[in-house]
Amino acid sequence: MPKVKVDGVEIEVPAGATVLQACELAGKEIPRFCYHERLSIAGNCRMCLVEVKPGPPKPQASCALPAADNQEIRTDSEMVKKAREGVMEFLLINHPLDCPICDQGGECDLQDQSMAYGRGGSRYDENKRAVTEKYMGPIVKTVMTRCIQCTRCIRFAEEVAGVPEIGAIYRGENMQITTYLEHAAKSELSGNVVDLCPVGALTSKPYAFEARPWELKKTHAIDVMDAVGTNIRLDSRGRQVLRAVPRINDDVNEEWASDKTRHNVDGLVRKRLDKPYVRKDGKLVAATWNEAFAAIAAVHHGGSVAAIAGDLLDCETMFAGKLLVEKLGGTMLEGRQTGLAYDVSSLGAVNFNTTLNGIETADMILLIGTNLRWEAPLVNTRIRKAIKKGAKVFAVGPEVDLTYKVEWLGNDASLLANLPQAVVEAFGKAARPAMIVGGGVLAKDGAHGDTLALVETLGLIKDQWNGYNVLHFAAARMGGLMLGYAMDGGVRAMAAAAPKLLFSLGADEVDYSAFDSSFKVYIGHHGDKGAHAADVILPGASYAEKAGTYVNLEGRVQYGDKAVFAPGDAREDWSILRALSDALGAKLSFDSFEQLRVEMVKAVPALGVEGLADYGWSIPKLPTGATGEFGSPIKDFYLTNAICRASPTMQHCSAELIHGESFAEAAE
Amino acid sequence: MADAVHIPDEAETRARWGAFEWTAENAAQADKIIARYPAGRQQSAVMPLLDLAQRQVGAETQTNGWLPVPVMEYIGRQLDMPYMRVYEVATFYTMYNLAPVGRYHVQVCGTTPCMLRGSDDVFSACKNKGLVKGGTTPDGLFTLTEVECLGACANAPMVQINDDNFEDLTYDSMSAILDDLATGKQPKIGPQIDRQTSCPEGGPTSLTAMVEENHDYRGQWGTTTI
Repeated sequence: MPKVKVDGVEIEVPAGATVLQACELAGKEIPRFCYHERLSIAGNCRMCLVEVKPGPPKPQASCALPAADNQEIRTDSEMVKKAREGVMEFLLINHPLDCPICDQGGECDLQDQSMAYGRGGSRYDENKRAVTEKYMGPIVKTVMTRCIQCTRCIRFAEEVAGVPEIGAIYRGENMQITTYLEHAAKSELSGNVVDLCPVGALTSKPYAFEARPWELKKTHAIDVMDAVGTNIRLDSRGRQVLRAVPRINDDVNEEWASDKTRHNVDGLVRKRLDKPYVRKDGKLVAATWNEAFAAIAAVHHGGSVAAIAGDLLDCETMFAGKLLVEKLGGTMLEGRQTGLAYDVSSLGAVNFNTTLNGIETADMILLIGTNLRWEAPLVNTRIRKAIKKGAKVFAVGPEVDLTYKVEWLGNDASLLANLPQAVVEAFGKAARPAMIVGGGVLAKDGAHGDTLALVETLGLIKDQWNGYNVLHFAAARMGGLMLGYAMDGGVRAMAAAAPKLLFSLGADEVDYSAFDSSFKVYIGHHGDKGAHAADVILPGASYAEKAGTYVNLEGRVQYGDKAVFAPGDAREDWSILRALSDALGAKLSFDSFEQLRVEMVKAVPALGVEGLADYGWSIPKLPTGATGEFGSPIKDFYLTNAICRASPTMQHCSAELIHGESFAEAAE
Repeated sequence: MADAVHIPDEAETRARWGAFEWTAENAAQADKIIARYPAGRQQSAVMPLLDLAQRQVGAETQTNGWLPVPVMEYIGRQLDMPYMRVYEVATFYTMYNLAPVGRYHVQVCGTTPCMLRGSDDVFSACKNKGLVKGGTTPDGLFTLTEVECLGACANAPMVQINDDNFEDLTYDSMSAILDDLATGKQPKIGPQIDRQTSCPEGGPTSLTAMVEENHDYRGQWGTTTI
């Protein structure tokens, strides 16, 4: 623990800290461009110069200098001030003065720091360097003349995203940042370089020229594109969400968000259901709320009522739906839309028990039937971190490029019953072994039981360590399971029971042809599969238009806020269910969202506490003996739900990055 | 960025060079180069391998050689490094040609010492032979490039043609060199005037007695002329 003096104040810093970190601990702000907490140190922007004694009598780059005992650091001396002014002047030599037309304006590190640390004016009379724009894909817009070559994007692509496709070519004055041969960066995390870029060189293409940061209303929300529960901030103006950016939460998403999380928001204003519809003579016709309610009330269900919950739902909606179904005399609730019917008698056995933070400390990992890059990109980055610390990864399932070295054992479920001896031995020696069970496993009969049997074989349970993880990819899944949205036999059993009245709560992945005899009421926000099959459509709110409780794949309860109002006649889901209950003569007991939440917490106390829910740990007795190949439940990463299917950006990403269509020229 | 190399069309290059492989001789040489570095550090071999590949491409095309994208990727695969990292190295160093060059790659130094000693004359000699900066002559013989200091300032002005330096140039001697190369003759390598490497012109000017045999100068120490 070295003791250093920062501007005359002595502090103790952790061993291994840099001078920059020491200054920050002392409460001093050090300007920087290339240094970033989550990336390796480059030390090439020189903005973080400070004066350090003992040492050479010149300013030193604090980001790359280890803090040592008895150092005297000055951040406020004349030398430091001059050094910062000098560096800033050099950076601005070739930086264009186009802030008024730059999307970064208002949230630009260079702009802010030149105000704080730069000289008042320019002494530079020569011509500025100009650099041609580079194509980086459908998400990232480039204006490379603005680039100050901090190399954050290069380091992010290589270290975090694992796709070393961005680099610096040529040298000296001609140095340019580009993707390899200007092909699109094939990463599902590419949008993060926009946040990392300290200037306006890399900006968001879909958000280009949309808004200025200071005119946006900022709302804290939870992402629903996958089950990670990325903490996001929705930036909205008026009634439209203009962008989604990640918030920092080290336990969940660190500082990152997948491209789907960031760029689905343009789907929120397209293909929206903004008024109720009733099916008349086989055609859906716009109706009033009262007409729609009357049409539902006319159904003689006799207690044969069911509800299917979609993947994007908040817990409150699911709870209100459950109350309504129960009040009408029904019992059938299901959330696993695609027909999965795995056992849920122990929620611990379908949970990501190691936790997101924990998985990066694992030293031996077995992936089963999962494409982590598509099912949970931010879990994949955690595993990359684990590998950097020395973890080894084995995998059973269809081979995909996970951006790191994996030992593929084959795509055969019978492998689970007899893993190669070498794997079992490797796990035997591991101190923190973990297994991740993907969606492909839950879809296969007996495979869930096989993986649970491996808990014993591989010794996944240790003191303070549970290495058994099931990876869900629906934001509503864990919350739905806590609320009882799972029945024996899944959706197929529900279809076999042929409910007279079926509530589809934003369920768009269900095979509705199995429910031909049911009267289907769709409560949701997009005109997708569920709405097409419905007999009555009640327009609801998307995740951006309602507050809600979400539970991520590790059982972490999180709360999101409402950013904007739903379009047209659409209402928040809980109020629809409340009004509908009145019309059906089965009045629900809550009159406000707060009351609903209180009731929900009363029924499921874990949902009332932010943080990890405790499911306990017990291994249910399940059938084993799966055979055959694992499939991949996600066919197209960019089009997994109704919102992204409506989003032009996601369609573009899918067409270009997955189906290989070329847009490079059309984009210019 | 007017001087930036135009990377040849990717599809065309891939069609022509997609099947690039080492010749048996170069494969052995490549293995030898890689073996110089410790296991796991084989990426250090990227520069010599790029040079080797450029020479092989040169031999195949009867030119001074260049590095098509598929060739860089071939090396990237051999060294287990991302293509982008190979590409960065190849674009950083000026000795790697990113576009095809002629049989003779004429690299004229235009940095201050050479310029003061008459590199402009060297350039006009090239110009009069039809060489254009950054371009290849229609017969495919010469590519002219202006380069920065090649480290032979004592012999300024100088030019590097393929692997050889030609030094102490004038308009006439440069023209003669280009004529010789065009007709297939081998011009004299090194200084084009009467001097050996960077020794004084016309023979030694000091320690002259040492030229023929070892000479003991100790008796003359302290005198003004040696």
